[in-house]
Amino acid sequence: MQNFTYHRPGSVEEAVQALSAASDGTLMGGGMTLLPTLKQRLASPSDVVDLGGVAGLSGISEDGGKVVVGAMTTHAEVASNAIVTAKIPALAALAGAIGDPAVRNRGTIGGSIANNDPAADYPAALVGLGATVRTNKREIAADDFFTGLFETALAEGEVITAVAFPVPERAGYAKFPNPASRYAIVGVMASTGPAGTRVAVTGAGACVFRASAMESALGGGFSADALSGASVSADDLNSDIHASAEYRAHLVGVMARRAVAAAG
Amino acid sequence: MPTVSMTVNGRSAAGEVEGRTLLVEFLREHLRLTGTHVGCDTSQCGACVVHVNGKSVKSCTLLAVQAEGAEVTTIEGLAQNGELHPMQAAFKEHHGLQCGFCTPGMVMSAVDLLNTNAHPSETEIRDWLEGNICRCTGYHNIVKAIQAVAQGQGG
Amino acid sequence: MTDTGIGASVRRKEDNRFLTGRGRYTDDINRTGQAYACFLRSPHAHAKIDGIDTGAAKNAPGVIAVLTGDDVAADGLGGIPCGFAPTGVQAPHNAPPRPALVQGKVCFVGDLVAMVIADDLNQAKDAAELIQVDYQELPANVDPAKATDSSTTRIHEAAENNLYADWGLGDKEATDQAFAQAHHVTKIDLINNRQIPNAMEPRCSIGEYDQADESYTLYTTTQNPHVTRLLLAAYVLQIPEHKLRVVSADVGGGFGSKIPHYPEEALVTWTAKKVGRPVKWTAERSESFLSDTHGRDHVTRAELALDENGKFLALRVHTSASLGAYLSTFGAMSTTYLYAPVLSGQYIIPAIYCGVTIVFTNTAPIDAERGAGRPEATYLVERLVENAARETGIDRIEIRRRNFIPEDAFPYQTPVVLAYDSGNYAPILDKALEMADRAGFETRNADAKSRGKLRGIGFCTYIEACGIAPSNVAGAIGAGIGLYESAEVRFAVTGAVTVFTGSHQHGQGHETTFAQIVADRLGVPFDSVDIVHGDTARVQWGHGTYGSRSLAVGGSAIAVACDKAIEKGKKVAAHLLEASVTDIEFKDGNFTVSGTDQSKSFGEIIAAAMVPHNFPLDEMEPGLDQRSFYDPKNFTFPAGCHICEVEIDPDTGVVKIVNWTAVDDFGKIVNPMIVEGQIHGGVAHGIGQALLENCVYDPESGQLLTGSYMDYCMPRADDLPNFNLGFTETPCPHNPLGVKGCGEAGAIAAPPALINAVIDAIGVDIDMPATPEKVWRALQSRPQAAE
Ligand SMILES: Cc1cc2nc3c(=O)[nH]c(=O)nc-3n(C[C@H](O)[C@H](O)[C@H](O)COP(=O)(O)OP(=O)(O)OC[C@H]3O[C@@H](n4cnc5c(N)ncnc54)[C@H](O)[C@@H]3O)c2cc1C
Ligand code: FES
Ligand code: FES
Repeated sequence: MQNFTYHRPGSVEEAVQALSAASDGTLMGGGMTLLPTLKQRLASPSDVVDLGGVAGLSGISEDGGKVVVGAMTTHAEVASNAIVTAKIPALAALAGAIGDPAVRNRGTIGGSIANNDPAADYPAALVGLGATVRTNKREIAADDFFTGLFETALAEGEVITAVAFPVPERAGYAKFPNPASRYAIVGVMASTGPAGTRVAVTGAGACVFRASAMESALGGGFSADALSGASVSADDLNSDIHASAEYRAHLVGVMARRAVAAAG
Repeated sequence: MPTVSMTVNGRSAAGEVEGRTLLVEFLREHLRLTGTHVGCDTSQCGACVVHVNGKSVKSCTLLAVQAEGAEVTTIEGLAQNGELHPMQAAFKEHHGLQCGFCTPGMVMSAVDLLNTNAHPSETEIRDWLEGNICRCTGYHNIVKAIQAVAQGQGG
Repeated sequence: MTDTGIGASVRRKEDNRFLTGRGRYTDDINRTGQAYACFLRSPHAHAKIDGIDTGAAKNAPGVIAVLTGDDVAADGLGGIPCGFAPTGVQAPHNAPPRPALVQGKVCFVGDLVAMVIADDLNQAKDAAELIQVDYQELPANVDPAKATDSSTTRIHEAAENNLYADWGLGDKEATDQAFAQAHHVTKIDLINNRQIPNAMEPRCSIGEYDQADESYTLYTTTQNPHVTRLLLAAYVLQIPEHKLRVVSADVGGGFGSKIPHYPEEALVTWTAKKVGRPVKWTAERSESFLSDTHGRDHVTRAELALDENGKFLALRVHTSASLGAYLSTFGAMSTTYLYAPVLSGQYIIPAIYCGVTIVFTNTAPIDAERGAGRPEATYLVERLVENAARETGIDRIEIRRRNFIPEDAFPYQTPVVLAYDSGNYAPILDKALEMADRAGFETRNADAKSRGKLRGIGFCTYIEACGIAPSNVAGAIGAGIGLYESAEVRFAVTGAVTVFTGSHQHGQGHETTFAQIVADRLGVPFDSVDIVHGDTARVQWGHGTYGSRSLAVGGSAIAVACDKAIEKGKKVAAHLLEASVTDIEFKDGNFTVSGTDQSKSFGEIIAAAMVPHNFPLDEMEPGLDQRSFYDPKNFTFPAGCHICEVEIDPDTGVVKIVNWTAVDDFGKIVNPMIVEGQIHGGVAHGIGQALLENCVYDPESGQLLTGSYMDYCMPRADDLPNFNLGFTETPCPHNPLGVKGCGEAGAIAAPPALINAVIDAIGVDIDMPATPEKVWRALQSRPQAAE
C-alpha cells in the first residue's frame, strides 16, 4: 500500500476537518474493506482518518421504539447485543454471519453501508427493515441511501453516525453465501411491521433492491407459502463465475421463502 | 514518522512506523516476533490472527497505529513459564497441525472461541473457523483439539 | 511395540516450535543488510513487448537496481531448466526456453517482466509502479483442447501448433481389437479441473553471496533443496554445485507447488552478487495464485469395453493436457508417466491405450499437485466403472468385485508398464462397506427423502503408484535425475544419534516418524535421535519429498544406514566380547553373544567406536557413522476404498457431505496418528477439487478470474465432515520397512467417490467441481425434474 498520513480524531467535527484539509482523504471505520483495498493498491489516499477514537460513535440503544446502532459498532457487538437479540433477532443473526469472527470484531455497520458492496449483508438489513441512516448532516431513509454499485447518497465529507431500525413485528434473513468469499450471492431480508412489508435483496443485483412482487404477495399474509408464485426477473441480475443471473433469480425465491419462514 | 507504543505479550513495545505499517509488519519486522504469519493479501486466511485487547483480529488488516496503547497477544505470548497453553497442548496431543503455518492463527482463533463460548458444538467450532484456512489437516484434528479443551481434557 | 517405536502414535517432536511461534520458515529469516525485491508481472496473457522504460523506477527513493530480460541475457544466465522429457513421444519434444525474466514476450498473466530491488519492500513496490512497458497484445488461449487448433495463436517459436508432444502408452492395436469385440462400451467425456495447490505459506526466497569464498546461499521454500541446487547451479548460474548452498528449513506446505525450480529463486541468487547485498523476496498471495505452478487441467475422452458378463476388456483414453505457458521442472511427468500407468486401477483390464496431446496454453505453468497424474487417472477409471455399472444394470460393487485383480495374481503385470508388487483388494472393500454401513443406506435415503433431500452414495476403489522411484525406471521414462534417496546416521560419543535425510518435511512429521524408525531399529531412546533435513550444506544429497516417497524411499535409506551401523557394531561387539561375529545377535539395542548373557548396549558400542582405546584398529576404521543410498526396486502400490455419502438440497443444489469412510492399505504403518492426518488432509484436498476449487481463466482475455480467496474456493472447516478411517495391511515386499506411502492417497480417492455420490443422488452426470449452480442445473435437466 502507498503511504498516507494517519489521523485519529476525537470527534466527528475533527474528523470532518481532517478530511477537508486532506488533498485526497478517506475515512476509516473498522478498516476491513479499506485496508485490503489499499494493500491491493486499488486506491491510494493521501490521508486516512480513523474514526476509531471518536467518542459516541459506537454502541446500541433504544430510542423512541427504534433500535439505534452507532456507526462504529462492530458486527460482533450487533450480533451479541441484548437489545438487538431481543428486539430484532434477524438483525443479530445477519451481523453474526458477516465474514468471520476476526472480521466481525473490527468491521462496522457504518463502514459496511458506506461501502455498499453489492454482496454485503447490511444493505439488505437496512432496506428490508426500513431503517434510517443518521449522518453528521441529516437523516436518510434506507430506500434512498443505497444508490448504485458501491454508491450511496453520502455527500463529500458526510460521516455516518448511526443507523436507526424500527422494530419489526416479524423479520427474517436468509443468506446464500458465495462459497469462496462468504459474502452474499443472494441475501434476503423480509419483514413486516411499522415500516410496512418489505423484501430486500442483496447480492443478486448491482445494488440492494426491494422485490416488489414478493412484497405484494406477502401483503395477503406473511407466510412462505404466500411467496410460491412470486419471483424476480433475471434480467438485471449479476452473473459471474459463481452464479448466473438465472440461478440468482431462482435463489432469490428460495431465500425469500426461507427468510419468511425464519421470521417464525 | 508516527511512533507507536503498545503492550505485546506483557512487555511494552514501541517504535517508529509509517502510517501504512500493518500490525503484522510491526510484529514481524520491528519486534522480530515471526510466529504470526502472513498467508494472504485479502484478509481471509487467518494465519495472522492475534489478540488485541483480548479479541481475535487479523493483524494483516490493522494498522500498527490503530493498536496504539493496546494489549496485544501473539502466539509467542500464549505459553506461560515454559508450559504450553492448554490449546497448544491439545493441538499437539490431537495432531491438529502439520506444516504449522496456519497454526499460530488457528490457535489464537480457537482460544478466542472458547473465551467467547466455553462449550461450543462441533458446528459452532467449524463455523468459527471460517476465517482460518488450513491446507494440511482437513480440520478434523483441529476440531478434535478444540473439543478436547472445551471438555477440559486438552493435552 | 514400544511407545515410541514403529506402530506407535508418537506425538510430534516438531510441534513445540510450531505451536509456540518458533518455526523457522524462510520469511522468518532476515539476513544482515538485506535488500527487498519485488517483481513486475505481466498484466496480459499474451503480448509482445516493444520496450521497457525503467528510468523513473531506477531513480525512485531507495531503489538499488531494476533489472529486465536484457540484463539476464547480458549476464549469460541460463534459462530455467526442465528436469523431465518423457520417452515414448510420437511427435518430438518441442521444449521452448524460459528465461528467468521475459525477453520480448509475455506468455501468461503473471509472467516475470522486471525485478526491482530496494532498501525496503514498499520502496520496491512503489518503484515497480513507475516502470513503463509497451505491450502489443496477442490473442490468448487458455483451453488445452483448443491449443493445437490452426486458429490458435502460437505461443512459442519452438512449439508449432502449441504442441509439446503427442505421447502414448499401451498397445493401441490390441485395444482397438478388444473394442471391436465388446458387448458394451461405456463412454465418458471429462474435464479434470485446473487447481491451484495453495500451500498456506507463500513462496519466499533469499539470495546471498559471500565474496570471501565466492559462494552463494539460497534460502528458499522448496520440497527438494538438492534438486534446486543442481538446476540452479548447473543450468542457470553455471557454477559448480558446491558454490551454492540451498537451505529450506521449515516449509509451510508444498503439495507439489514447491517442487519446481522457479525463476524468482534464480533471480534473487543472481542479484545478491550483483547488488552486493542479500536479496529477499516473499510472494504475496496474489502472486502465488498467478505464478505458483498449477495442477491438473485435463480434457479427456475415455471408453471402457465390457463383455457380456460385465468383465472389462479394454480401456481407451485420449487426453489433452496443458503444461501452461512453459515447461516446469516436472511438468510433463504428471501428464504422462504418473498418469497413464495407473489406468488399470484395481482391475484386470487386458488392453489399455492412452494417448496424451500435451500442449502449451497462456496460463501459469503446470506441475505436480498432490497426486500428480494419479488423481486424474483414478477419476476417469472410477467414473467409468460406475457409469458402466449403471448402463449394464450390474451393481456398482459387484462390477468391481468381478474385475478386481485377485489376491493370488500378485505380482501383477498391467498392460501399462507397471507391475503391482502386492495387494489384496476385496478385504478393503468389505471393510469399507461395513464401516460405511452400506446396508443401511436405503433407510438413510428414505429418511433424507422425507426431509426433502436427495441422498447419494459413491465409491472409489483406487490404486496408487508411489514411493517414487527406481532410478533405472526414472531414467527410462525420461527423468534427468535418479530417484533414490540418501541417509546418513551419525553418532555422538555420548550416544546421541543424528540422522541426515535427503527427504524434506513440510508438514509430514519426518522428525518424528524417522526418529521412530531409528529408535526402533537401533534400540536407542527416541529422544536421543534428531533428524536433519533441508540444507545442502549439512545433508549429503537428496531428492526431496513428493510422490509419497519419503517413508518408502527416504525412510528405507535410513533403515539401511542403521543396518550398516548394526553390522559394524556387531564386529565391534565381537571384539569387545571376544566372540566370533557370527555369534553376535542384535536385539532391542543390545549386542549379545548368542546363548550367553554377555552383551553390550548400543551406547557402549558407540563409545568404543568413537573412543577406540580398545578397538581392532587393524581390521576396522574407528567410528560408527554410516551412509546409504537406497534405490527402490519398484514403486509401491497403496490401495484403498473410499465411500462418500452426500445429501443435496434440491432447492439450491448445495451438496453436503454427510459421511466419509476410508479404508486404506499402506502396508506397515509407522505412526498411525500421522498417517490419519495425511488421509484427512488428502481427502480434504480431493473434496476441494470435486466440490469447491476451480481455477478459471477468462477464455477471451486469459485473465485469472480466481486470483484470490475471494474467488478461489478453499475448503474450510464448515465444508468438511469428520472422517471415518480404517486400515488393512499388506506389507510392501521389496523395501526394508514394508511401507507404501500415504500422502497422496486421499487426494486421489476423494474426487471420484464424491462425484459418484452426487451422480447417484441426482441421476445425471456432472463435472467437477459440483458447485451448487451446476447441481441445480443438472437437476433441472432431469427428465423427471417436474416431480
Ligand atoms: C474476510 C472478509 C469477509 C467479509 N465478509 C463479509 C460478508 O460476508 N458480508 C458483508 O457484508 N461484509 C463482509 N466483509 C466486509 C466487512 O463487513 C467490512 O467490515 C465492511 O464492509 C466495512 O466495514 P469497516 O468498518 O471495516 O469499514 P472500512 O473498511 O473502514 O471502510 C469502508 C468504507 O466506508 C467508509 N466509511 C467507514 N466508516 C464510515 C462512516 N462512519 N461514515 C462514512 N463513511 C465511512 C470508508 O471511508 C471506506 O470507504 C468481509 C470482509 C472481510 C475482510
Ligand atoms: S494474512 Fe491476515 S488473513 Fe491472511
Ligand atoms: S498445518 Fe499446514 S496449513 Fe494448517
